[in-house]
Amino acid sequence: MPELTMVEALNRALDEAMEHDPDVLLMGEDIGVNGGVFRVTKDLQAKYGVNRVRDTPLAEAGIVGTGVGMAIAGLKPVVEIQFSGFTMQAFDQIEQNMARYHHRSRGRYPISMVLRTPYGGGIHAVEHHSESREAYWAHTPGLKVVVPSGPRNARGLLAAAIDDPDPVIFYEPKAVYRAFREEVPDTPERIPLGTAEIVRDGRDITLISYGAMMRPTREAADDLAELHGIDPEVVDLRSISPMDTDTLAASVARTGRCVIVHEGPRNCGVAAEIIARLNEEVFEYLVAPIKRITGDDIHFPYFQTEEHYLPDPDTIIEAVRETVAFDG
Amino acid sequence: MTHRTMDSVRSSKGKNRRTPRSADEDANAARRTIATPGVEDLRILAADGSVDRDLDPHLDDDELLRIHRAMVLTRVFDQRMLTMQRQGQMGTFAPGAGQEATQIGQVYPLTERDWFSPSYRSFGAQIWRGWEMERLMLLWDGFFEGFAPPPGVRDLPFSIVIGSHVLPAVGVAMGMQYREEDSVMVTNFGDGALSQGVVAEGLNFAAVNQAPIVFVCENNGWAISTRVEQQCHVDPLALRGVGFGVPSIRVDGNDVLAMIVATREAIERARHGGGPTFIEAVTYRMGVHTTADDPKVYRTDDEVEAWEDRCPLRRFGIYLLGRNVTDQAGLERIQQECEAEVLAARDRFRSRAHAKPREAFDFVFADMPDELARQRQAYLEKLDRKGVE
Repeated sequence: MPELTMVEALNRALDEAMEHDPDVLLMGEDIGVNGGVFRVTKDLQAKYGVNRVRDTPLAEAGIVGTGVGMAIAGLKPVVEIQFSGFTMQAFDQIEQNMARYHHRSRGRYPISMVLRTPYGGGIHAVEHHSESREAYWAHTPGLKVVVPSGPRNARGLLAAAIDDPDPVIFYEPKAVYRAFREEVPDTPERIPLGTAEIVRDGRDITLISYGAMMRPTREAADDLAELHGIDPEVVDLRSISPMDTDTLAASVARTGRCVIVHEGPRNCGVAAEIIARLNEEVFEYLVAPIKRITGDDIHFPYFQTEEHYLPDPDTIIEAVRETVAFDG
Repeated sequence: MTHRTMDSVRSSKGKNRRTPRSADEDANAARRTIATPGVEDLRILAADGSVDRDLDPHLDDDELLRIHRAMVLTRVFDQRMLTMQRQGQMGTFAPGAGQEATQIGQVYPLTERDWFSPSYRSFGAQIWRGWEMERLMLLWDGFFEGFAPPPGVRDLPFSIVIGSHVLPAVGVAMGMQYREEDSVMVTNFGDGALSQGVVAEGLNFAAVNQAPIVFVCENNGWAISTRVEQQCHVDPLALRGVGFGVPSIRVDGNDVLAMIVATREAIERARHGGGPTFIEAVTYRMGVHTTADDPKVYRTDDEVEAWEDRCPLRRFGIYLLGRNVTDQAGLERIQQECEAEVLAARDRFRSRAHAKPREAFDFVFADMPDELARQRQAYLEKLDRKGVE
């Protein structure tokens, strides 16, 4: 099995989907000869032509809105928004149309469409290039929201997202794009949407995270086990909506404790939703209040100070130790 | 008034583009005039019913009667809906009296394989395309099933947010192009929609891709209480298309023959790879914006009366009489038949007007996630407890 970066793994998933299905086409800014600003679509235009890998005008609502129309026409568009901060330009088309045409037409026009976009901080980018707004899309009925954390699941989740009959917001953690390599199987792989993965078994506490924050979370888990005698279970959420509540609840029922980590703002964030679900499902198993380590409710800082905004292993370790030490 | 072809009003990309002989000459020309480009106007049937014989498309008598009947049916349906709404038997809706010629003309040349993506003030065009009147009544009275396009009708349900549907319409046209189908999309919107950025993006995407789409801007003078002059500084609005490199024309929207001629030319050009067209249809909203609106607050009776003189139905009736297509009794018979049809549709609507709350979760997803299925289960149990079917 070759070792790929996430960028290469995503490129492979797109290539495989296009090879398999002539109705799959890509649209976005600078995705053609340039291969996308992060090179996720590298060489695909040369392979599949300008009709299937389409450079669009610089207009995000236009990209999403015409993508919706392509889906209505029975195609499977995979559109790229260059940075998730620019997705706000397309909010109208995502909320009013991408999420709704299937419902509005009473099933006549399913929107089998993927919106790929890099999100999150950590790459010293300018304003609007570091946001983590997945909670917005989870709040909109009719959308599925997926966030991979590494090369292998990025490839398997993107394949499943393209296959899915419903519209999917696919958030790519740009800080992970080239951060590490991982073995990716030669044969195509699909990871069902709506499934979380337990990536580390443990007894003492459940750590839940997703996307780029899986790295500090796993690092914290290893340190906790090695240095502090705490054995955490770590769950990679992978899919924000639908959410695999069963896996989360079963884990917390075993450990009785939970800390949730994400880089998006705290207020009405994904952690808040997870905590509500755990209260509904496994309240009687909890031996300590659930903590959340999140971005603060501020605009993403200019990059000289971003390291202080993003959750880091030390902060996670401290929260876990407090939770484990909690004595109600 | 003459009618050249719309090719002659292409913007800088058109065949009439003037090629400067030298850079100096070009610069001098620019100093002399900072020109506002013009667009062609098209009217075939004047307000008094007189016809420009050179431009008359010479449709046969049956077609002329079919067109007239469609416009009358639209007017009668509109009036019936208004009556029902005032009697508390219909939800808030957007009447379209006065815009019948614009409505019928823009869809008349479409075939079954073509697409139509309307804005919400589109009774006439929707009925012409095959939306049963009772379905439109169900839609406006808040029943889910009213939104489903009739089987075999390649129409999109409208999106209420102004201009929001235009980009998906362009996308469908791009999809037809991608599939190498020779189907064309017609989409309409009002003058107010021209202020929306997404409509500009739609024009631009269509132009860049040379997508097979016809944009019909129904300039009815008002966006609720805001005059078109406050909405857009461009006059005529058709110039907006020119700015995107889209062949554009201003049409008398109360002249159904002009609407048919312009739309047919645009559709056929799109069908044969000629790209998009922008048609400004100048018309007037004779009634309220919606049934929740009172136009007396913002416009005068004199203005409305002036437009009554330009009524699209009356002028077409005069034309039919002048051509001996029918006589006065024939026109009255059409009126009566339409009234009977609308009442029959109302009765069918009433027999089907049963809320189906158990369908609330249907079609949110094509593949419903388990967590939503659980929410639905709880919702259905709530309905059971309330004794709701």
